[in-house]
Amino acid sequence: MGEVTVPSMVRLEEGVRWIPGANALLGPLNKLVNWGRAGSIWPVTFGLACCAIEMMDAGASTNDLDRFGILFRASPRQGDCLVVAGTVSKKMAPVLRRVYDQMPEPRYVLAMGSCACSGGVFDTYAVTQGVDQIMPVDVYVPGCPPRPEALMEGFIKLQEKILKEQFRWSQWR
Amino acid sequence: MSVPSRKILEVPVADGENERYSLRMGPQHPATHGVLRVDLDLDGETIMRCTPQVGYLHRGFEKLAENRTYAQALILTDRLDYIGAMANNVGYCVAVERLLGISVPMRAKYIRTIAAEMSRLSSHLLWLATHALDVGAMTVFLYCFREREILLDLFEELCGARLTYSYPRIGGVRQDVTSRFVDELGRFIDIFPSRIEEYETLIDTNRIWLKRTVGVGKLSGAEALALGITGACLRGSGVDYDLRKHQPYDAYDQVDFEVPLGSDGDVYARYRCRMEEMHQSIRIIRQCLDQLPPGPIIGPDAPDLIMANRAPARMAAGSNRYGGGLIQLIRDQDLFPSGDIYVATEVPKGELGFYFISEGSNRPYRMHIRSPSFMHISALAVVARGGLIADLIANIGSLDVVLGESDR
Repeated sequence: MGEVTVPSMVRLEEGVRWIPGANALLGPLNKLVNWGRAGSIWPVTFGLACCAIEMMDAGASTNDLDRFGILFRASPRQGDCLVVAGTVSKKMAPVLRRVYDQMPEPRYVLAMGSCACSGGVFDTYAVTQGVDQIMPVDVYVPGCPPRPEALMEGFIKLQEKILKEQFRWSQWR
Repeated sequence: MSVPSRKILEVPVADGENERYSLRMGPQHPATHGVLRVDLDLDGETIMRCTPQVGYLHRGFEKLAENRTYAQALILTDRLDYIGAMANNVGYCVAVERLLGISVPMRAKYIRTIAAEMSRLSSHLLWLATHALDVGAMTVFLYCFREREILLDLFEELCGARLTYSYPRIGGVRQDVTSRFVDELGRFIDIFPSRIEEYETLIDTNRIWLKRTVGVGKLSGAEALALGITGACLRGSGVDYDLRKHQPYDAYDQVDFEVPLGSDGDVYARYRCRMEEMHQSIRIIRQCLDQLPPGPIIGPDAPDLIMANRAPARMAAGSNRYGGGLIQLIRDQDLFPSGDIYVATEVPKGELGFYFISEGSNRPYRMHIRSPSFMHISALAVVARGGLIADLIANIGSLDVVLGESDR
């Protein structure tokens, strides 16, 4: 009572500081927004093939993706990130693009596995040779299939990318 | 890229009292286990007609296999049923061995049997996890993945991969088991029965689980046979058909196990069948570990990755009388037999068959895959008719379909 303590700030990310006593965050708005976005990536569940099993594994008990604030949502309307986990066939490509179009901005795409990155071993008449042919991709995670740790590394790279964003969404500020 | 707009929900047609409408479920739906699309004609919430649409994961396996040697095409079978990839590998190798007449050493047969049964365990665990999640039990999902992770670590110890193994070879296996693998697997099968009991305490007598599964998706034995259903779905309907028992391959004729049978043919019976199968798999693994014989792990006539198409002709110096300096001692000859063969094995989903047409070269002229999931998806139309939409989810889960295998 009576004594005013000088709040010591805790650095959360570059440019984002937390004042514990005041229960407040301090920082430039773009950094704060980026910090918030990077800490709550909600991917749309879009399991296509083999990689979907490893994606489920990454979200399950051992490699708990919830630790990163990553919660899988079943609807593109609630998603920030589309994890393309598996082979995109030519029949599936319009559906995938449609799901991508339904997502609200800002949206990110993580291509998981060789098939989503480049077509992988399936250089056939039926398979899209890389998902970047139909939508922009932010992070490529190679592997057939990538381990859950590799997917986590991909998400961390995506977080780093989000934290560095400056002008992409500037019209909203 | 422009996407043509598509009618998701068609305008209801007034039909007396009822309103009929059609609903497209999938291909992006968390409960369709991949990219299955189901076209539903509904009367209220009752399914009047159910038409499964496949092909969203068609990757052209059979065409790819025609352009690879038999040994190279092995890696494609990993990606068929990616939940139980090892069983696919084993099935493919057994088929090619029977086509080419290659013998397998006993130790390799035992190792393969162990690996295939581990694959069955991991497949059934994932089935239980996703099936329970669809029906509404989140905890089972987390519990199953806990044990599945141990299994995947064991696979990693065995061959270095978690999901796509390519571990068996035509004529044997790639590398021997380590003593650490044997110890760890022994420990796992000791604790695993208690873990199965743990799952059972969660759902076996759970009221919600029983209401969602008992009497749902009934399929009589005759119907199941007519639809070409195999595996636990067929055994859940009371038909005693298991290729491991009735057409043994690898070391299945050396071990003692039972084929669990259900009688009701509903979702609950199939669930009980798969749970019992897990117990039997443990039994098989334990016997194989005990009996594991010493010896080589790959046969002497096992082919190389790049299988030579023809044996080179042997030449010798001859006289000039016949025009040439060299005469052929042995003419170049075909190394591979011609003809066709169908070989089926019991993978976690059911009967996986490979049909090869060989015309004497190192690659198949035609490879056809008879995949259990394709048959099971076609059965969905019969199973789901007259039921509710919510039961369709339980049915898809219980038929245990994998779209990679179905669409190939």
